[in-house]
Amino acid sequence: MLTVMDETKSSVYDVAVIGGGAVGCAVLRELSRYDLKLLLLEREADLAEGISKGNSGVIHAGFNVSAGSLKAKTNAAGLGMIYGLAAELGVPHRKTGKLVVALANADRSRLEELKADGDKNGVQDLEIVDEAAIRRLEPLARGHWALYSPHTGIISPYEFTIALAECAGQNGARVLLEAPVEAVDFRGGLFHLSTPKGTFAARRVVNSAGLFSDEVARLAGIDEYRVFPYRGEYLITDKDCGLRLGLPVYPVPPRDDPGLGIHITPTLEGNIILGPSAEPVDDKRDVSSTRKAMARLKAEAARLMPELSRVSFIRSYAGIRPKLVDASDKDRFGDFIVEESALRPGWINLVGIESPGLTAAPAIAVMVAGMIGAKTDLRPKPEFKPERLRRTRFAALGDGERVGLVARDADWGEMVCRCEHVARAEVVAALRNPFGAKTMDAVKRRTRCGMGRCQGGFCTPRIVEILQDEGMPVDRITKRGGGSRLFYGWLKG
Amino acid sequence: MEANETHDVVVIGGGPAGLAAALGARRAGAGKVLLVERDRTLGGILNQCVHDGFGLFLYNETISGPEYAERLIEDVVREPIKVETGTMVLDLGPDRVLRINSRAGYRLVRAGAVVLAMGCRERTREMIEIPGTRPAGVFTAGSAQNLVNLQNLRIGNAAVVLGSGDIGLIMARRLTFEGVAVKGVFEIMPWASGLERNVRQCLLDFGIPLELRSTVVEIRGRDRVESVVVAKVDDALGPVAGTESVIPCDTLLLSVGLIPENELSKRAGVALSPFTGGAVVDQTLMTSVPGIFSCGNVLHIHDVADWASYEGFAAGESAARYAAGEKAAGGTVRVSAGPNVKYVLPQVLTAGSAGVEWSFRTMRPLRNVQVVVKGKTTGKVYARKKFGRLLPSELQKIKVRPAVEEDLEVSCHE
Repeated sequence: MLTVMDETKSSVYDVAVIGGGAVGCAVLRELSRYDLKLLLLEREADLAEGISKGNSGVIHAGFNVSAGSLKAKTNAAGLGMIYGLAAELGVPHRKTGKLVVALANADRSRLEELKADGDKNGVQDLEIVDEAAIRRLEPLARGHWALYSPHTGIISPYEFTIALAECAGQNGARVLLEAPVEAVDFRGGLFHLSTPKGTFAARRVVNSAGLFSDEVARLAGIDEYRVFPYRGEYLITDKDCGLRLGLPVYPVPPRDDPGLGIHITPTLEGNIILGPSAEPVDDKRDVSSTRKAMARLKAEAARLMPELSRVSFIRSYAGIRPKLVDASDKDRFGDFIVEESALRPGWINLVGIESPGLTAAPAIAVMVAGMIGAKTDLRPKPEFKPERLRRTRFAALGDGERVGLVARDADWGEMVCRCEHVARAEVVAALRNPFGAKTMDAVKRRTRCGMGRCQGGFCTPRIVEILQDEGMPVDRITKRGGGSRLFYGWLKG
Repeated sequence: MEANETHDVVVIGGGPAGLAAALGARRAGAGKVLLVERDRTLGGILNQCVHDGFGLFLYNETISGPEYAERLIEDVVREPIKVETGTMVLDLGPDRVLRINSRAGYRLVRAGAVVLAMGCRERTREMIEIPGTRPAGVFTAGSAQNLVNLQNLRIGNAAVVLGSGDIGLIMARRLTFEGVAVKGVFEIMPWASGLERNVRQCLLDFGIPLELRSTVVEIRGRDRVESVVVAKVDDALGPVAGTESVIPCDTLLLSVGLIPENELSKRAGVALSPFTGGAVVDQTLMTSVPGIFSCGNVLHIHDVADWASYEGFAAGESAARYAAGEKAAGGTVRVSAGPNVKYVLPQVLTAGSAGVEWSFRTMRPLRNVQVVVKGKTTGKVYARKKFGRLLPSELQKIKVRPAVEEDLEVSCHE
């Protein structure tokens, strides 16, 4: 209790960011360049728990968005930044290129439309290629014609999000998890944000609450937005499925699909992701998988890559798109909203940041910094460090490095995850992350424990032991916070 | 980096097969034997199998998993076998160079012969693609067994078991003992996949319902499992609309099959069988890579630990002979599974071998069966054996006494 009260009294933040997804974390990291007291409030038990974990992980070149839109502008600007940023932060990424394939000759005109849009948006080096070129670029893909985009890439979206937050943290920003904003009060020139972890006062607020950005805005009295959740389901193959996909392969965007169509995307680890479907749902947190969508994913993906029909999948997952247009109004273009509220000056809303929001995030962050800089003097901190402390991945090291590492710290010699070859030292480091994310899923996203073919069957008992060694009571071990407990205490006395 | 350390035989895995393989290697005269186990103790999955039913064949009495392991371990420690626990083999090359990691250090080891005995893993929720949410409370039966039996954790209060594999049946009983309400075991096939004695002793004796031809079609609950939806399936194993019922529970255990864990074998280039999920082996249990042998659940899924151990002894002996320079047998005769047979092992045979015993499994339950081993070229019958009843859950054996020179087929006829 005492600490909460102290907190309320002493802390006035220059900027509070609500929402720890890719956009919120990019904003936090961008603002951490300046001499500002920063706070990020995330409702879940870890960062990237919403839209940022359930997507294809594609760095978009920017030809799928209407020319002149904010989506187009931030996508282009974001593309110019994201590769450098990912390298700076040590986030796995690769410029792979991308194919949008026309499975019927008649669809060639659609490719030309896409290319024209891309050219208008300033996307570089787009090219219509023939079947022979498709085979050369990706032997597994089918198609008569394709639009080839050499600057498209792939990135781990949750690692990117976590890295942005960690970098901001190293530069002085504070991140609080399990801190949903439940009420907003504006008095004395300050926004008072009430959370279960205390009430925090801030001069400015950036609302990047993703799917809930409309509801958070409403807490501040801004009743202007409505976010429509559209679920996208995915399937993911074992990385040893025998197929190596070199680059994302998309169909010509179907006219009746509110997304880009079911596509296939490689991960940096060598898995292949199929998806997403696109279906309006009632509940913004309904990330369940359905039999119908799984069947459709397989059927559609097999048209792009027939070999996929004989592989098995190690996991399904789903993400929710925050759309600004509902199903009955699908021809309307829903652009990103990045604006300061006229009603509540100092409160900036980021609403409807769906695809290509991951790519656009660094550019949106710069825009937000610009909006704040227009009202107040932003003084760059000379001590700002753009990098972050790197994680070492045992599986990625050579023999010599491994010998040295284990000799220095025996925790590198104890393998916890047999599928992904994760050492105890990596799990311990993940559990000691700067923001105190201590769920099974937090360990998984930081180490890959549980992402392999046994899906946690063997490492779960080991991680449960390590969590206890790190001081966590068994009743508090959860999959992803909240009520997702794994255990109900001990058996017997 | 070079391997500076050499052993005659390296056994990967210290469960019922690997322990026996190390002993087998010694018995056949191997001097330097290294047994590597990734867990902190020897015994493998036996350690979490606190129920009895082990040792009936090897020790002529039924004992618990840990006791069974203890007997093999006692024999191992009496031998000059180098045992390393908490040690994992990360890589194995066709040249039999192993990359090994443990708290004591990371190093490269060269082996005269290698015995693969890594066991198996469980099929997951995702492999059978159960739709629904992704809450906490979904465990594979073996993981649950580890958490309950080795860590003494209460994993739930009301459970549904999907699949009737042996571990699922045993866990249904174990959870009942611990006061967890087990609402039922649901099996998609028309027969149980676990042993009959386990169906009787673990379910029937405790009044736990076993529903055949039914499956879980949806998992519900955002944070923790709140219920599962079960439904009957048709002959194509698809859910039958209108037969769904919702079962409130906080835990779903999966016992839907085991998969030989051959990741290291693949790295070494070992050819795998699509029918067993394990290596293709000859009558000495040597894989397609000379000097690499396979036994136990990494070779094919066993119903009883004793058979895994018998296979281990044999593989260890073969490995010792190979390491001593004996010429590899190698297979030229192919043995295939005919009607009603799921698989036969070994799959290849040195021409001219006699007195080889095959393991096989049937595709479905059969009554009054004649098992026939027939030459594919001449049609000659090499062996014939009658069984009153054959179940797919039970591994069976048939011996062929005459020398074999042609490809064979094993078939079952009702």
